[in-house]
Amino acid sequence: MVESIRVEHVTKNFTLQYHRTFKQMTVAMAKGQDVSNTFTAVDDVSFSVQQGESIGLMGLNGSGKSTLLKVINGVMRPDKGQVLTRGRIAGLIATGAGFHPQLTGRENIYLNAAVMGLTEKETDKIFDEVVEFADIGRFLDVPVNTYSSGMKSRLGFSVAVHIDSDIFLADEVLAVGDKYFKRKCLAKMEEIRNSGRTIFYVSHAEASVKRMCERVLVLEKGKLAFDGPVEEGIHYFQYGEELTGEEDELALEDAELGADI
Amino acid sequence: MTSADTAQPEAAEARPVRIVDAPLAPPSANLGLLSVFQKRYLLRLLVRREVQARYAGSVMGLFWSYINPLSQFFIYWFVMGHIMGAHRNVENYPIHVFSGMVVVHFFTETFGSGTRSIVRNKSLVNRLALPREMFPVSAMLVSLYHVFPATVILVIAALATGWVPDIGTLFGILLALGIIMFLGTALALMFSVANVFWRDFGSAVGIMTNFVRFGVPMIYSYAQVHEKFGHFAQYYLANPIANAVLLFQRAFWVRATDDPEKTLRTGMPHHLWTNGLIALGCSVVLLVIAQLVFNKFENRIPERL
Repeated sequence: MVESIRVEHVTKNFTLQYHRTFKQMTVAMAKGQDVSNTFTAVDDVSFSVQQGESIGLMGLNGSGKSTLLKVINGVMRPDKGQVLTRGRIAGLIATGAGFHPQLTGRENIYLNAAVMGLTEKETDKIFDEVVEFADIGRFLDVPVNTYSSGMKSRLGFSVAVHIDSDIFLADEVLAVGDKYFKRKCLAKMEEIRNSGRTIFYVSHAEASVKRMCERVLVLEKGKLAFDGPVEEGIHYFQYGEELTGEEDELALEDAELGADI
Repeated sequence: MTSADTAQPEAAEARPVRIVDAPLAPPSANLGLLSVFQKRYLLRLLVRREVQARYAGSVMGLFWSYINPLSQFFIYWFVMGHIMGAHRNVENYPIHVFSGMVVVHFFTETFGSGTRSIVRNKSLVNRLALPREMFPVSAMLVSLYHVFPATVILVIAALATGWVPDIGTLFGILLALGIIMFLGTALALMFSVANVFWRDFGSAVGIMTNFVRFGVPMIYSYAQVHEKFGHFAQYYLANPIANAVLLFQRAFWVRATDDPEKTLRTGMPHHLWTNGLIALGCSVVLLVIAQLVFNKFENRIPERL
């Protein structure tokens, strides 16, 4: 097996700026309050992923999932430690990034693909599939600002899943489209998984993690709290939560989503 | 970079092994400005996006980029030339103003839109590992693109007033544009990252461009500066933008006066070419410094946007 992602003792701090204006800062300093503070979003996290593995990254809101994803994606650099990745990274983290509302769907497909690192030829090759999957029909040559929000996100999603990457990062996969499109997406995700690409999947939805992944990482307050098989990981993830009535409902919804798949 | 063995997965059980022919590398690695030019295709699309989007949904489209400089030309020609009486002091005043204006505009556009570029492209900067120098550079190229229609107007107006180009015209244009390209990119780089931390910089740029407009021999002539300041005029020439403006005027205005040789002697500084080359050199050095400053602060960009 070949290593696909290596994360070594990665720590990422954020600077919290309490005051923006000069006046506020002076007042705060005179009162002896903190002007800024640091906050550790990801704290000494290490793990290694083999090519072709599909990893589910779980954690409560604010546990550092998105920051970790951004560090792996290369948007942020770790303050300590290092991240190494092999091959092209793409995924559902920047769907529709760079879309310009005044340009047409066609122009935006090329732009979005270029932003994700594709050349013109590579885009030509996937263009028809992208259009068909997004199902935008005769809106292709109309400015994107006339699209419905569903169409816009379908187009972004479609470009993202058709890029031939080695590592696929997915965040909030199921946030787009109607039931029909969601089902199509999940099928596409499975196809991606089955093609031997490394998948890094961020989700709260246990059912879909169970379905998609073979290994689970759980983050707790920036620290890696669990790294292991899916069943145990999900159990671990649930264990920390107090099940109130509200969350029961959420669990129910999640199960329904699972049934959808 | 991506080469893969993607045998079709018929059975979900036996997954194909994908062989990735790439080394393990930090995903955020980039070479700054050099990476920008490695991604020329993306740069071209970003520039085209800006240009197209500016005129999208308008009937006259790109024609507007000709109307804008043309209208300014008439304002200067009429208000400054006729009402303020500059026609009496400077020969062929409209060409004098307009050749300065092309350069000044190029600079202020680059500086202004470059400074705002990273904040404006928040959604990209925050989500993708692109070299962030991409945005100030593409702002500069968009401004450079708009130099073209203005130059067309300038050429037509100059020809109408008896302009005869020489070989110095070509070098003057190239050197002037080179100075502004490097200087503008350098300042745009530094200010774009500063603008992320304090939006005050975006506002400060507006004020600075005002100084630029009056700190170069555009509305007044260099001869007047020389007359009033004497040998202090050399400090005035320490401004690279003033040199770029003079070079552009050397290319157009000087050649459109009645006696170009005399205008060159009386209306231009003595070491025009040397000054221009020094200005270019300084701009290049400033760009290197700007890149170093940018590298130092860019890690903090995503969390502050």
